[in-house]
Amino acid sequence: MAESLLQLDDLAVHFKVGSTFAGGIHTLKAVDGVTIDVKPGECLGLVGESGCGKSTLALAIMGLIPPTRGHVALDGRDLSERERLETARTVQMVFQDPYASLNPRQTVRRTLADPLRIHGVTDKAEVEARVADMLARVGLRPEHADRYPHEFSGGQRQRIGIARALILKPKLVICDEPVSALDVSIRAQIINLLLELKDELGLAYIMISHDLGVVEHVSDRVAVMYLGRIVEQGGWQEIFEDPRHPYTRALIAAIPDPFQRAAVPARAKAKGEIASALAPPPGCHFHPRCPLKADICVSQDPPLEAIAAGHRAACHFRDRSG
Amino acid sequence: MTTDPLLKVDGLRIALSGSKTTYNAVEEVSFDIGRGEAFGLVGESGCGKSITALAVMGLLKRPLSLGGGRIVLDGEEIQDASPAEMRELRGSRIGMIFQEPMTALNPLSPVGRQIAEMFVLHQKAGWSEAMDRAEEALRQVRVPSPERRIKDYPHQLSGGMRQRVMIAIALACSPELLIADEPTTALDVTVQAEIIDLMAELCAAKGTAILMISHDLGLVANMCKRVAVMYAGRIVEAQPAEAIFADPQHPYTQGLVSSLPRLGERSRRGRQRLREISGVVPSIQAYPPGCRFNPRCPRATDVCLSVPPDITPLPADSLVRCHHHG
Repeated sequence: MAESLLQLDDLAVHFKVGSTFAGGIHTLKAVDGVTIDVKPGECLGLVGESGCGKSTLALAIMGLIPPTRGHVALDGRDLSERERLETARTVQMVFQDPYASLNPRQTVRRTLADPLRIHGVTDKAEVEARVADMLARVGLRPEHADRYPHEFSGGQRQRIGIARALILKPKLVICDEPVSALDVSIRAQIINLLLELKDELGLAYIMISHDLGVVEHVSDRVAVMYLGRIVEQGGWQEIFEDPRHPYTRALIAAIPDPFQRAAVPARAKAKGEIASALAPPPGCHFHPRCPLKADICVSQDPPLEAIAAGHRAACHFRDRSG
Repeated sequence: MTTDPLLKVDGLRIALSGSKTTYNAVEEVSFDIGRGEAFGLVGESGCGKSITALAVMGLLKRPLSLGGGRIVLDGEEIQDASPAEMRELRGSRIGMIFQEPMTALNPLSPVGRQIAEMFVLHQKAGWSEAMDRAEEALRQVRVPSPERRIKDYPHQLSGGMRQRVMIAIALACSPELLIADEPTTALDVTVQAEIIDLMAELCAAKGTAILMISHDLGLVANMCKRVAVMYAGRIVEAQPAEAIFADPQHPYTQGLVSSLPRLGERSRRGRQRLREISGVVPSIQAYPPGCRFNPRCPRATDVCLSVPPDITPLPADSLVRCHHHG
């Protein structure tokens, strides 16, 4: 087995919310005991609905939020032992909204050149060459370097966002909903570009998305999160063809599917809505919405257990396939 | 009379007044919706689908205005109706659901009151009777414990619950037509599925026709009997929902259908490079001459650059607007 590029070990990020005056202080368990790894050159799809903790997980991996418990290790070394800049050279992020994530007062050249200078590339010719090379790789023209973000369309802006993430030659790129803010007819361009760059540069991705079509298309492995925990993980084929957690099945069943191509019947849909992370239900967090709910689900929290090599699900009924 | 469509939009043109010039944000848009029929209008942002719906509701505001065409509801032309007449129609005969329920609901009024208002305004009910009926309406949209929820303010409800309240308001007076503009775009996928099912079920029970507006072709095709695709202010194709996926005729629709990764596709055929639609959606100030899709179209020829294509009728109540369709 290849050495892990990223290793999360029982990672938890809890927030204190509220005040001592208004209703007291509560603990919000945004991420609650996540163990997973990403190997070099691999794409891990991370799926879940809003509030499940996937973006908090991304920030913890970037070192932007300290973990409450557990560890994040990059290249075999714990994040706390690494310099901030060293981490930034290893892991970078592409954000959802290319309108909000670029500085409107900086030219594309400056947006791409600043990280290089900060990381010690001072030779002007080298900076120029690397900026030009990166623009070409993401499908922009050399003259685009002197323009400002407002002069670009949404798809082009996302190309700039990708160029900024890749300019330091990171090994891991976290893509947080990279196409959901784009026009439908533009999404294919960006997905194709991300896959090409992955092959050319040997990148590993964490692809955060609620669009299961996109996740199936790009991922090697997939992890499904619900209320701060991973409820199922496995190879993309296992997750999409033999999902074992009822929540995974509910997500797949929820996709409008005019041709009934997915391997999950419509009756697998979930009821109700995601519970508040401030007061998650006891036992299995998913039980109030689950079609398989039994007494044990209310009283006992199911551990994430193996079904086959590499395929794990946190469900008391993980042996049922439907 | 029963064979007449419930809603007929004919040659709709919507003008956008700029400081110097006036643009046509929507033009030559025509479609019919039968009684109880679910009809979908699909397109990307800026294609004119939402303002088409606003025009039907008589809600165009400056700089937008109706530039021409007819809107016929149940045999009666409503494009020139007065604001007071349109106010009477909206709510009683045309219900509306918008994308973001938090901005569509009044934050300062309990949701029960906002539903009850419909009965008071449109059916001359007294407030206490109206509140009883509001509770029943909440029960119908499956809000748990409606007797307590009618006293809640919008901020006390989740996104899905708020959209249920919107549906209750829209369907309170059993309108003949429900206009739903991206009703689930702000919701999580599992909640979206529930809301769509609920909307379809209630409309079927009440015999309400639906004009569903969305950027999501799959969602619309699942719910609607017929689908029209808009691009840059015009309808470029209309077909029965199954056909729009199985046999799209316009290069734009073909691009949309094949450019998105579909669930199950990778298992069956392995990972294929996604087919891209090159270029970007043109802005309204710079619509290209001829066919508006020509700069992005793989089949564009000289005629496409100069002559705007007319509508070609196809069998099964379908149409396409392309010189080289098929």
